Amino acid sequence: MTDRPLDGVAIDVQAVLDGIGDPIMQQSVSLHSYLVTRPTGRAVRMAIEAQLPGPGRVALSVIDFSEVRLIDYSCADEVVAKLLQRYLEAGEPDAYFVFRGIGEAQWEQIVSVLERQGLAAVHQNESGSFELMGVRSDAEHSVWLRLEGEGAVEPEGVQALFDGDADDAVLNSILNRGLAFRAPQSGRLHALSRLVEHLL
Amino acid sequence: MPTSFDRSTIDTFLDDIHPHLGERILFDARHVRWFDPNGLLGLLVGGTIARDAHGALPRLELPEQGEVASYIGRMGFFEAARGVFDFDEPQRRTGGGASDVLLEITPIGTHGDVHHVVDRVQGKASSILSSKLNYSAAAAVPFAVILSEVCQNIVEHAEAPGWVAAQSYFWKQRLGRQVVVISVMDVGRGFRGSLEGEHSARYGDRWSDVTSLEAAFLHGLTRFPDSGRGQGIQQMRKQVRKWNGAISIRSGTARIAQVPEWDDAPPLVDGMKPIPGALITMVLPAKDDPS
Repeated sequence: MTDRPLDGVAIDVQAVLDGIGDPIMQQSVSLHSYLVTRPTGRAVRMAIEAQLPGPGRVALSVIDFSEVRLIDYSCADEVVAKLLQRYLEAGEPDAYFVFRGIGEAQWEQIVSVLERQGLAAVHQNESGSFELMGVRSDAEHSVWLRLEGEGAVEPEGVQALFDGDADDAVLNSILNRGLAFRAPQSGRLHALSRLVEHLL
Repeated sequence: MPTSFDRSTIDTFLDDIHPHLGERILFDARHVRWFDPNGLLGLLVGGTIARDAHGALPRLELPEQGEVASYIGRMGFFEAARGVFDFDEPQRRTGGGASDVLLEITPIGTHGDVHHVVDRVQGKASSILSSKLNYSAAAAVPFAVILSEVCQNIVEHAEAPGWVAAQSYFWKQRLGRQVVVISVMDVGRGFRGSLEGEHSARYGDRWSDVTSLEAAFLHGLTRFPDSGRGQGIQQMRKQVRKWNGAISIRSGTARIAQVPEWDDAPPLVDGMKPIPGALITMVLPAKDDPS
């Protein structure tokens, strides 16, 4: 694997919603423009998953909520929480996600489902800066912010990311939760924000 | 039937039906002068219980007062009541919804119905919540979200159809201010029936309508093992509390409520006559006028 082994995919949730193949759901979502109910969320998640590379490949996806006007808790659980959970089952994930465009109308619902499931996610807000949403410790946040500031860190520079309580365990937690990426061969650490630049 | 048919009189009304189940009941609404969404949906629930117990449609005499008949027509009661009551549908009905009718009586049986409710309520919610309740324009979003979640509760758990309705009116007696009342009712298996298979063994002899309501309302339990479930009611409670509103659920013989300081309803009632399904009521009061 090279240092950029990720298959990048940019996914517009509203476009996914418009193009869902299931005839029943297609009818439902074309008639109704809001992301509500579990079956709708399930259909959107499955459509997102279908756009990701298959087994053996590592995916990096930008999930864009900019055009979504409303999402309820049930749908947020299906689209966001269950999507993350599926790829976080053991060790470093085989898919990484950056969410963008989550505005005031969706924020509370998505943060709530992340918190309920003990998850965290990287989000690019309206101003273009990146932030963590969901459950994270202060130490995780500190390490993530430092890596975010650096963009990429060589293996020998990892100690510079640590401050206070942060250590290798905290870094591994960030990696296992899909909040940063470590290149398998070089061991270089990457902030997801830098890896998705070409997808934004 | 009581002359004022709302949240405060619906329990007595439903209890009073019980001794007559199995008979053909006459629901005499001629002298009813006031319905809120709870009254209208409660009447549909009462009629459904009577119909199912007797096997034939109970008789309904409609309100004599023109304004009341016109209002229940605007709320879509006549369409909803077909198949529930035998009644003489008025020839002429006022067309169009009143400005304070947030959501006419809408049947809920599928997830598509939930989409329909959210679509319908979006436009009106924004204007009514801001103009009548002094809520921010952004409040239309959490309002639509709680409506979506409460309606999904029927689809996911009741295993029977139900109805939803919402209206804004001036609540003179208790609050002296404008409120929005949301009512959601179904005639399904109720909270106890929904949770029984998954949770009753843990409660043993304590398992009842009260404990099942507490499990769902206070602790977010559902019949699904999925930890992502059970958020709907919890988030509804949280949002209603933010708006200083009241929310209550009657199911089986019990009712549980989240009671704000302006309300004197008890937080828990047991020993009522059993009803099928669930009756969910939310009252959202106006904020003080910012001007």
